[in-house]
Formats: sequence, C-alpha cells, structure tokens
Amino acid sequence: MQHFAALLDTLLLTPSRNAKLAAIVRHLRESPDPDRGWTLAALTGGIDFPAIKAGVVRTLMAQRVDPVLWSLSRDFVGDTAETASLLWPEPAQRPGPPPALPEVVTALASATRASAATVLAELLDRLDADGRFALIKFATGALRIGVSARLAKLAFADAFAVSVDLVEEYWHGQTPPYAALFAWAAEGAPAPASDRVPLFRPFMLAHPLEADSLDLADYAAEWKWDGIRVQLVHVAGQTRLYSRGGEDISAAFPELVGALDRAAVIDGELLVRGESTGIGIAGGGAASFNALQQRLGRKTVSAKMLAQAPAFVRAYDLLFADGEDLRPLPWHQRRARLETLIPTLDPARFDLSPLIAADSWDALVDLRAGARDAAIEGIMLKHRQSAYLAGRRAGLWYKWKRDALRIDCVLIYAQRGSGKRSSFYSDFTFGCWHGDPEAGGELVPVGKAYFGFTDAELKWLDRHVRQHTVARFGPVRETDKSLVCEIAFDSVHASKRHKSGVAMRFPRIARIRTDKPAHEADRLETLMAMIAD
Amino acid sequence: MIAEFAWIRPEPGGLYIRPADVWVDPTRAVPRALITHGHADHARSGHGVTMATAATLAIMRERYGNIGLAETMAYGERVAIGGGVHATCLPAGHVLGSAQILFECCGERVIVTGDFKRQPDPTCAPFEIAACDVLITEATFGLPVFRHPPIGAQIARLLAAREAAAGRAILVGAYALGKAQRVIAELRVAGYHDPIWLHGAMERMCRLYEAHGVALGDLRSMAGVPKAVLEGAIVLCPPSALADRWSRRLPDPLTAMASGWMRVRQRARQRGVELPLIISDHADWDELTATITEIAPRETWITHGREEALLRWCELHQRSARALSLVGYEEGSDEDERA
Repeated sequence: MQHFAALLDTLLLTPSRNAKLAAIVRHLRESPDPDRGWTLAALTGGIDFPAIKAGVVRTLMAQRVDPVLWSLSRDFVGDTAETASLLWPEPAQRPGPPPALPEVVTALASATRASAATVLAELLDRLDADGRFALIKFATGALRIGVSARLAKLAFADAFAVSVDLVEEYWHGQTPPYAALFAWAAEGAPAPASDRVPLFRPFMLAHPLEADSLDLADYAAEWKWDGIRVQLVHVAGQTRLYSRGGEDISAAFPELVGALDRAAVIDGELLVRGESTGIGIAGGGAASFNALQQRLGRKTVSAKMLAQAPAFVRAYDLLFADGEDLRPLPWHQRRARLETLIPTLDPARFDLSPLIAADSWDALVDLRAGARDAAIEGIMLKHRQSAYLAGRRAGLWYKWKRDALRIDCVLIYAQRGSGKRSSFYSDFTFGCWHGDPEAGGELVPVGKAYFGFTDAELKWLDRHVRQHTVARFGPVRETDKSLVCEIAFDSVHASKRHKSGVAMRFPRIARIRTDKPAHEADRLETLMAMIAD
Repeated sequence: MIAEFAWIRPEPGGLYIRPADVWVDPTRAVPRALITHGHADHARSGHGVTMATAATLAIMRERYGNIGLAETMAYGERVAIGGGVHATCLPAGHVLGSAQILFECCGERVIVTGDFKRQPDPTCAPFEIAACDVLITEATFGLPVFRHPPIGAQIARLLAAREAAAGRAILVGAYALGKAQRVIAELRVAGYHDPIWLHGAMERMCRLYEAHGVALGDLRSMAGVPKAVLEGAIVLCPPSALADRWSRRLPDPLTAMASGWMRVRQRARQRGVELPLIISDHADWDELTATITEIAPRETWITHGREEALLRWCELHQRSARALSLVGYEEGSDEDERA
C-alpha cells in the first residue's frame, strides 16, 4: 500500500505529463506481481468492490467524527477521501503492519455490505494518513488524480516496450490484476487470445477543426450525430455493445445486442427513434440526446422503455467483417464494405450515416449553419485514405461542432469545487429573469456551470463570490445577484426535473460580463424559445 | 455594575482596550498600538506610539524604516499602560519576538494569543502558559484536518528529495519572516551544513535573526550566481517567487513549499508544489484544543481563522466560546503571510 500511496502522491503533485508517465513506468517495472496489476487496475478505473461505496466511508466517519466538524472539513478540503484520511482517529497502537495491495484486494473483495465498514476500518487503522488516503481512493475506485486510463496504458506499453495499440486491444479481454497481460508484455509469453472473444477495439477519434486549410477533395463529410458513440461487436456467437470509453453497455440495449448476428465490428452512433431527423435516411428519424439520456446508465431496461424509446445504431465505420481486420484499409474501402453490410441487417436497428456533399467550404459552412436538427451535433471530415487508427491522429479525422447557443445569465449561487478546484467557489448556479426585472420579476435558476473559465477568471469569480455573499446554506453561498455571465451551451431541453422547466446541455461560462447590469440579463422566455425538442 | 470584560472589545479596526486607549494589532493607524509580532497583517506602520517586544520593533524598523515613537516591552514585564490596565508580553512561540499579551483590568485577566504555536522552534522563545479568564485565540488552522507533523520528519523529506533529485535545485517557498529562518535552523539541526541560498527578499531578515543570536550557518546570496553552482542546492524564496520568472535562473528546480496549508494535497497541487512540506508557525488543531484545555479559561474568544470549527469543538466540550469575526486577518488573498 505504501508504494501505491507514494505513486498516487507523485502523480497528484507532478504537473508534467512526461514525469507522470515516467513515475508509472518506474512503478510498473519495479513492483512485484500481482501488486502492479492492481495498481494498473486502479489507474485505469478497473477496480470495483461492490460492497465498498463512498457511503461506507461517510458512515465510518459519521461514527467517529462530529457531523459539523466533518462537514466544515470536507467543505475546506474538497475531497472526501482526503478529508477522511486526515480526520481518521489514530489508534493508540496499530493492529498490524500496513497491508500490501493483494491483501487489501482480498479483504475488500470478500467484504459484504454488512461487513464492509468493519473491514475498511481495520485496514485504515493499520495505515498513516497518506496510506489511508490511498486506501480509500483504491477501495472506492475513484482516484481523480489527473491520470487518464490512456496514460496508464501508455506507461504500461513504455515500461515493457510493447505497442500501445496492442495493449488497448488485448486489454478488454482481461480482468485485474491482468496476469496474462503482464506475462505477455513483461515476460514474452504468448499474447492473450483475442479472436474468439468480442473485444473492444479502441476508437479512432477526431481533432477539432481549427483552420479551413484542408483540401476538401481529400475528405469525406458526414454528420456528427448527437447520440453516444458505440462499438457493436459480434464474434463466435457473442455480441457486445461498448461505449466510447470501452465500457460494456450491452445490458442496457438488449434490442441491439440481439440484432447483430454476423461476425463484424461496427462503429456508429447510438440513437433512439424519434421525429427529429430524417435527412434522407430510409429507416426513419432519431430523437434528441435528451430522449437517449433516459436509457443511459441503466443496468436493465423495462419492456415499456424498449417500446417507447427503441435504440438503433447509425453506422459510421466497419472495423472487422467475417473475421477480417479492415482497420488497415483506407476509409473509402471500409465505407464500401459498410455500405454492403448495413442493408443486410434489420433496418429498424441499423442505418447508414449518409455522406454529405461538400465541394466547397462555403457549402459546408451553410450546411453546418442550417443543421439545427436536434440530432445533429456538427460535421465530421474524414480523410478518404485514412486507415482506422486508435486515438486522435493529426490530419485524418476532424470534427466541426455547431456553434454553441448563448445566453446572458445572472450568478445566483456558488459552491466550492472538488479536486483541483477545492476551496475555490467554482460551481456556479445561474438564473434568468422570470417576468420583467424592473417590475418585480424574479431570477429562476436555469443551470449550473463548472467550467469555461481560465484559472485567472476562476480566482476572480471566487473573490466575487466571497465579497458578494448575502446568505449561506451549508456549503452554498447565495450572492447579491449582481454578476452577469454569458453562458454557452449546446442545446436546451424541456425538463420536468428542473424548477425553471428547462435543462441546458453542456453549459459553460463563455464570458464574464461585468459590463452588463443584472437587470439586462436574458429572460426565461428567450431560453424557452431555444428549446430544440 | 460594569459588564464583565467591557474594557476590551473587538472593533472593525482590531481589539480595543478602552480605558488605556490602546489597540492590539490594529489594521489602520492609531495613536497607541500594541503589536504581537512582526508579520505584515499584524504589524502595520503609521501609529503614534508602537509598543512591542524589542525584536518585533527591530523587525518593524527593518521593514518600514522609521516607525515613530516606540516602547519596548520585555517578556514577563508587567507594564501599566494607562486607565488602570496592565499589559504583560509572554512568548507566543510563533516567530522571533512574537508575544501573547496578558491584559489585567478590574480584576479580570484576558490573554490575546496573537499568532502562536506549541511545537518547538530553535528561532524563538517557546509559548508560555498563563492563567486567564478570557482567552482570545487565533484559529488559522482551526479545522481538525490540520495536524502538523513534527518538523524533523519534514526536514528529512526535504533532504531525501534533494538526494533523489540529482542535479536539480530544491526551491523551498517559505515566508521571509520566521518560516525561512526556522527551516534553515532545522536543516542545521539535521546536520546539513552546505551553503543555503537565499532569494534577495530574505537576506536582511536572516541577518536580523543572526543579530538576535539565531545561528543560521553558511547563507549565500543568489545574486549573479551561475546556474551550475546551484545544482543540488537548497534555495529559499518567498512563496510568491515560486512561480515567478525569477525561478527560471535555477537548474530544473524541484518546487517545495513549507506551510501548514500543505497538509491538504489539493492546496499543494493548486500552487504547483511538487514537494509539500507541512511546516507551520501556527498552532494546529490539536495544539489549539490542547491550549484551551490547559489554560481552561472561563471564556474563549476565537478570532482570525476558521472560527466555526473551533467554536463547535468548544460547544462539544461544554466550553463557553464565541467568534469575534475581526476583519483584516482573514485567510484569502495572501495566505503566505499566515502559513
């Protein structure tokens, strides 16, 4: 545990990506098995102890620390694990030596809901504050230390001089502590079998389009649909649906899993049926992201849901077909294979993302500007000769999102942030006017924005909140409602869950408008008029 | 009958001792000021008469030049300050010259701790416990998450990091008054006798400490020193210089910071500190609560810092307490002063 704790601290406090990479590489080379496998699992989000949830930590602390002192401390520190590690009452004598990772894993994995608190407490008693911090992070599986799963995999590849693409590819058939993966990479054992298992293949991603310096003749254009990017894999009688991060979401979409019976790996956009779009697509329209959201994050799905919001895949690309790896082929050849495959599948579940004619930038600009269809997020440009390569490669794929919508809102509440922003007031609730602000109109909260500002602006906003507080409700400060901010967002939807009746998607602070008096901020009606569905 | 402790009261400009017309650590210029210690948020210039320990007066003169009329108060000397009030400076253990002030009036005893700590510090006299009716305590680190470990372990981490980071300069952010000298003195205690390099802003204060009998060993000025000389060196600078262009003259510096705030990782991370050293000149939570318990005053008044948590602790321990909410010493824009 101490090695893991030291690594966590290094990763947390080292600003440079290369130095973080080097620290992980060193750790993976020097630590024994299976400890390093568990470290890798923690760094890649592969840890899941069903009995240990964040609530267990809160329960433990509630038994040991006064709730007021806990909440004041948590509010200041901005991280539950760290607060708990610092407030944990040290036993007069440690009941045992600091546990090693494998022992921690055994103890936590065999814990039940009933025993979880006791098991965790016994381990915490054997560690110092740094060790307790690492243990809680490890046990609850949420590290939040500024290291992506991708960086950890890069480090793994670096540590043992293997290809990161192969690491990604073999990864998904493996479970922590990844014995077969370490045997292959570190000891030269044969690669883990991958051709009879429905593996996730890392997605090819797009760069944001910045300058119109591309030669459009080299690129194909298609819509960027506003659903979630998925990969549907069928091999040897098994089908899996993976999200963009490689998470298996098959259980939430049984209608799709049942619909693919050919050996293939399809890259596409998951959408649900609706009236919004039909741009020349035979199978029918899609609904906005809002409708899709009802179906996300479910472990199971009801028959009613299946009937009301049936899902389908709008196909972009074909990675494998009939056991053949198509990824090295140029895009136009893969596209041809995809166009052959899709018509042979159930049209209720699959359609083809159509290409759009874009001979000139002017035409493209017009198309993008006109694309207010709720299911369209923007335009994709794909190099016709591009192989399908994992990750984000320069010069091959570009995304060109629709312009954001904008509205001027008034800052109402602020709360301290977590992680990097701990102790700064960085979570802001904004409102629009309901009724005429000059004649008794009220501000109603319409959304929360956590980002979009620079570090310097964050400091400025933090100071503004501290100096303009009129009331406190626990950790929340109410401001004097004098500050206008321009909020940018991707779309806005009707919502019964929000008092204002609207929910913005992806709101962020675009500009701080100190030049604008609060009564000139926008009215709720303005926002309502932007509703897309 | 006059209300209890009516002769001392919190005002927007500081604590005011009415019968004597004396302000403690006033935030604006006043006719008569009693200063607990030399940090800028407590010791300001421009007062008619400044009363403080000799070391504090020396620090103020070093910083402000002429400070006008001054009255020296020796530790333990009971001084009549007018209106029937007596004041006694007692060591606070915070920085060189720092004092708690015991006021006596109308048969009542009130102690203003100023900033204080209980951990040993080779650069200043240790905190002295005295009985009182009202204890007016600081609460800078008044949250139970703040537990400052013994300084020896932190110095050992600094030295180990220096060994491990071959060729890199170790740049330690430390407040120029108190923290810097304590870190240097503790490095010497730990057996480190190499030259220690100083940012220009620290040199004079280090000389002042030495003039007051605090030996700091071989100190060198950074001015005009070639980069290569500083490989593997320990360099001290004010926290504000850590991220400044100034630090570019160092060979690949490893950024450390000596502060009680470093207990919280995210604080270190926000400041870009790679090696957080939990070294504070303030009482931590345990010292604050132990001091209240030990002195056992009838009432505890809590000021500048995290009053809410300490107030809650007093409530849980059936101790009468209130928050003074003095302005001007709040944590915020410049934590460096109060680290």
